Parts: sequence; C-alpha cells; structure tokens
Amino acid sequence: MLQTISILLENKPGALLRVTGVLSARGYNIESLTVAKTFDPELSRMTITVDVEDRLRAQVIKQMNKLVNVLQAVDLTDAPAVIREMVLLRVRCPQESRTAVLKEAEIFQARVVDSSVEGFAIEATGDPEKLDEFIDVMRSYGEIEVTRSGGVAMSLESKKLKLQPPVPAPAALQTT
Amino acid sequence: MQTTGAIQDTGKSPETGRLMTGAEMLLECLGREGVDCFFGYPGGVTLPFYDALYSHHIRHILVRHEENACFAAEGYARATGRVGVCCATSGPGATNLVTGLVDAMMDSIPIVAITGQVTSKLIGSDAFQEADTFGITRPATKHNFMVKNVHELPQIVHEAFYIAKTGRPGPVLVDIPKDVFQARGHYTPVDNIHLPGYRVFTEGHTGQIRRAAQLIWEAERPFVYAGGGIVAAGAAPELRELVEMADLPTVCTLMGLGALSSSHRNFISMPGMHGSYAANMGMTECDLLIALGTRFDDRVTGQLQQFARHARVIHVAIDPAEIGKNRTPDIPIVGDVKRVLQRMIKAMQELEAEFGAKKKDARRVWWDLVRGWMEEHPYDRSRDEKIIKPQHLMDEIDRLSNGQAIVTSDVGQHQMWAAQLIRFNEPRLWLNSGGLGAMGFGLPSAIGAQMARPDKLVFSICGDGGFQMSVPELATIASHALPIKIIVMNNGYLGMVRQWQTLFYNNRLSAVELDCFPDAEKLAGAYGFKGRTIDKPWELAAALEEAVKEPGPYLLNVKVSPDENVYPMVPAGGAIYEMVLGPPQPVAVA
Repeated sequence: MLQTISILLENKPGALLRVTGVLSARGYNIESLTVAKTFDPELSRMTITVDVEDRLRAQVIKQMNKLVNVLQAVDLTDAPAVIREMVLLRVRCPQESRTAVLKEAEIFQARVVDSSVEGFAIEATGDPEKLDEFIDVMRSYGEIEVTRSGGVAMSLESKKLKLQPPVPAPAALQTT
Repeated sequence: MQTTGAIQDTGKSPETGRLMTGAEMLLECLGREGVDCFFGYPGGVTLPFYDALYSHHIRHILVRHEENACFAAEGYARATGRVGVCCATSGPGATNLVTGLVDAMMDSIPIVAITGQVTSKLIGSDAFQEADTFGITRPATKHNFMVKNVHELPQIVHEAFYIAKTGRPGPVLVDIPKDVFQARGHYTPVDNIHLPGYRVFTEGHTGQIRRAAQLIWEAERPFVYAGGGIVAAGAAPELRELVEMADLPTVCTLMGLGALSSSHRNFISMPGMHGSYAANMGMTECDLLIALGTRFDDRVTGQLQQFARHARVIHVAIDPAEIGKNRTPDIPIVGDVKRVLQRMIKAMQELEAEFGAKKKDARRVWWDLVRGWMEEHPYDRSRDEKIIKPQHLMDEIDRLSNGQAIVTSDVGQHQMWAAQLIRFNEPRLWLNSGGLGAMGFGLPSAIGAQMARPDKLVFSICGDGGFQMSVPELATIASHALPIKIIVMNNGYLGMVRQWQTLFYNNRLSAVELDCFPDAEKLAGAYGFKGRTIDKPWELAAALEEAVKEPGPYLLNVKVSPDENVYPMVPAGGAIYEMVLGPPQPVAVA
C-alpha cells in the first residue's frame, strides 16, 4: 500500500537527497515527490508517496526524523489528512466532441487553460484517485498527454514541532 | 505550521573580528574544540591549509594512505572518547576516506573529516582531482557539509564537532573548496550552535524507567546485554552499579567489551556468532533481557524469531530508530544510557526494600544454571606441543596485558579469538572494526590509540591478510617511534574466509591462501625497528615479553596452526543456541 509522508525540512543544498537517500538505500522506488519552500523561506515542505513494506514503515519515518536537516517527518497514510494533486492534460479531439469534452471537464471542476483547433489543455486538481478517473474519461475522447504534479498533503491535526534549542559553542582555549 | 526563525544567516560577513584566512579560521576552530593532534595526507587543494598548519601548534600525523588517516582518527577516538580528526585532499584523497567513515558510522565513533575541494568556480567541471565528495559521503556520514564561503566556516566546523560527539556519535565530513581556505574574512568566535532539526534524547521516559526497575527486581532469570553504547556514554560505572545491585549476569558485545570488567564476577563473556555457550544460552533462557546501548545486531541475535524467545525486553538506546528495528521491546527507553541508568538505579533503590530481599534465592537458581553453562563449555584455550595454536597466542597476550593494555585488532579469526580470550578491565581498551568488519583497521587504529594514550601498552593484533592491507603504516609508526607491539597471527590464510569454505563450501579453498609473507625481521629492519618470526610454542612467551620490553615498535610474526577454526560458531541464519561447539569428532568405523 502506498504511504504518504509529509516532511518539514531545512531549505539547504543536499537536504532533498538525504531524505530520498533513506528510501533509495533500501531499494524503494518513489511514486511521487513534491517539494517547495514554506512561508518561512528557510524551510521546505515535502510530500513523498512511496510503497514501503509495512514492517519497515515506522523505521523509515524514524530514519528521516534522524536527519539533521529534517525538522519533522510524519506518516499521513492513516492519519486525518488531505491529499491533493494537480494534473495538466492536453487532449486532441475532433470538432464534434469538443462540447462533450468541455462538459466532462466541468463535471471534474477542471479548467481549460488553452484551446486550439486540435483540442484543449485542461488543468484539474483533486485527490489522486479522482484524477485517475478524469484521465481515463479524457482518453476516451482522443489522444492525450498528461503531466501530474504528485500529491501534496496536509495533516488535519496540528502536531507540535519539537525543536532543539541552541547550545553554546566551545569557549576559547586558555592560551598560556 | 510555525516558523522556526532559528536558522542562522551565516552568509553575511561580520564587520568586526580578526582578519584571517579560511585555513587559519579552521585551525582556530580545531583549537577551540580541543584538538591536539590529527591525522592526514596533504594534496593540491589543501595546500593553503597545510601552509597555515606549518606555524601552528596542533600536531599533524602524516599517514601513508588516507584510509588509514580515518582509521587512526578512529583509534584516537575509540581510545579516548574525544572526537578524532582526519584530513584529506579532494578527489582520491576524499574517496580513500570513505571506508573509514562508514566504519565510524557503523560503530558510532565521533570523527570529523576535513576534505579539500577544488576551487568553487571549478566545481562541476570535472576539474583535476575533483570528486563529488559531498554526494559520495552523504550516506557514509552522520551528516556532511560543504562550505560555500569563508564567513560560514567557523559555524560549520563547530556544528560538525557538535553533531559528531552528541547523541549517537558518528562521523561528520566538512568539504572545503580551495578558495575558501584562501579567502580572508573577519573571524568572530561562534557563540551558539543551533540545529533545530537535530534532536538529542537524553533523559528517558520516567514511567518506563520505573517499570524497567520493577521488572528487573521481579525477574527470575534476568540477563544484561551491554553494548558499545555503554562505552560511548561513559556509563561503565553505572552499569557496574546496576549489575552489582541486582546481581545480574552480564554479557558485553564485541563493541562493548570492557564496559563491565572482564574480571568482574558477574561478567559472562561475549554473546553472538562466536560468543560463549553460556552467553548464548543465557540470552536464550532468560526471562528478562536488559539491552543497554546496543542494537540487536544480526551477529549477536542469530535468527531473530528464536532470539531471547522467553524474554521480555528492556531496550535502552539513544537512537530512536534502533528501538524496535530488529526486536520489539516491551519497555523501550530512548535516552543517554548513562543518564537512564542513573535514574533506573535510583528507581531500583526505592523498590529494593519491597523486592530485593526475596529475590536473592530465586537468583541463586539462575546463577547456578549460568555458572553450569560456563563450566560445561568454556572457551577453548588448548595448547599444542609442536605448533602454536591461535588460542595459545591470545592467552599469552592476555597474560601480559592483564586486562590493562590497549588491544587493537584487525578483522577475522584473530579478532574473534582475541575478543574471546583477552580480558579488558576497563572500557576503551579493545578497539576493533565491529559493524563494518573493515580489514586493514588494526595497524592504523593502533597509531591513533598510541598517540592518544602514550602511557599505554598498545598491542596491534593482525592477521597476515589485514596486516598487509595497511603495511605502509609501518613507516608512520617508525617515523614517530610509536612503541606499538604488532602481533601478526600468521596462519597463511584469510582464516575466516577459509573457515567458511571449509565448513560450508566443501573445503574448496578458493583464493584464500596467502603463500607469501615478508620476512618479519627484514621488514621491520627495513623501517629501522625490531622484528622476528616464531613458530615454536616454547618460544612464544619469551618472544612476547621481549616485544613488550623493547622501548620502540616491534613486529612479531607468529606462525600458528593453519587449520584452526573459531568455536563456538553459530552458522549464519541459525538460532544462537544452535552452536557448533568444536570441530567434528572422528567417527569410529565399524
């Protein structure tokens, strides 16, 4: 079963690799990954969707939390959370089905972002399973091309962030 | 989400402070961290650093290969508990450090490695001696840094030391481009280290500690399984207090030898693949396993399902990721084992009146069983009249050490025999590559240990395989006149591999024979110190005594019986009570 992990990490070079390294070192293939800075530009929020064996799930989260650059890693798979994804889709469709395509897009609350004689470019957001259906429907109208963003997740519970307070650096050596 | 507001902007140059180069700042920071010596090998991009070092008081030990710089730094760290420091140039220098870094990672040894990097402008251009050190060492270190400009250098260096020595110790690498060494900046001492995402757990959960204390008193067959974490935390006095208070049988793992003195009456021996019968039976039959600063390594547990199958488990570890990794404990305690033990002892004292007295009798039954196992199958210490047996060699080293010498070991059969038969009366005397099993560790780690502890007798016990992996370090030993006693247990084979081929591969001895070994007297003589080869049992005691008496280094090549196997042995994947106790006996033919 796919696991959704949400990670708050420092926006520093190599931080992304440290997190994905925990997964790749164990041979796990990442299904999707999104990352962007938060409103504190020093920090990034990352959402990873990955298929980890059940018995190793807790271990993977612990290993991520151990990373110096990671402030918090949480497993949202079974926790109250919203997971959303965006898809950009181009569909080539004949003249006679244009209206039908627009109607379908409306059902999925998708927006047309470009229109041409060949067809449409459509933007849709929603939970990943709904987007699977949207893509299936669109494929029935003609040739499609798809770019998915990967899931972004947010916990619906506020989990307290435990941070390490500053410690004093070693004092100057007494020089004789 | 809350902002941390905590991550310091280190990109701006303070307007005040002494003007210094990056190289000088690095030395200043090393001084503040209390570094008195470090191990390294210079190269193109570290030239500015070595130039600054020329007129600095910190001592630099020039090794003969970068891998050995890291092993020597480990020897220093393992013998003292202080952070070991090593230094290498970019490219091949840095890649040569990797084995040592992973070794330190596996055994939780505090190391700071400084590597040079090509000039910032050239990074990513496949410049001469360029390697992606930051990328290569990411999974080989606890954390690593690349310094982008001279102003952030002091902060990063202190952070590196802090990360290396706190929590579960480990190696940290700082990669510094040549232009950062050369750049000048205003140096002001670093006041604070702030790593908001780096959490160190020390105290342990009060409720769990109390429950653990009660379980220890209630248990009828308690057993202590003490690991390298006791050594790292400096918790040997607390371990001893706990063990004596509740009269607990105790085993120390390969990494934990010396955590409880080998001469202590409660000490059983080492558990695991080549552990003693009593240690492994104790683990199997106990009803409470008290695991302290240890990680249920596969070489200790054997088949996990059968490991400590009747026991409830208390697991104290500083690294939360170790709790439940291999065995789910009944009482998990995340914390510094020293602090946790102090609190646990206090909790036990409070409960002693209630439980202590009536437990004494029940414990006697358990102790009788354990002592019975110890007497039934002690370690093999047999000798032979014609040929030196490896056990005989270790026995003689043990006699001379008397539990007090530092013994570094390489990896293989000799390591197991030494761990079985040599006593260690304190922590930090037994230095070996436990987790990674890196051959070549024995000799360079002895250099670090002897530098750190000039007062100590240091034996470096190597096999004829591992010795030849780090043979260039004889030059380092000679050049610093380090009085290390190098004992080569020479059986003409890669003995442990040979043992497995014998036992599990129909004795098809493939690529394990070491048929050429240098003349020890000539080899040592070529470096200007004494050496000798012996192969007669009656020569052994005197030869070892002569080596110890020699004020300088000594190379003693001891030819031992080539076909000896290490027993007991738990076949890989087997349960630890399924030990093979000795070679198969010849069967009488009817």
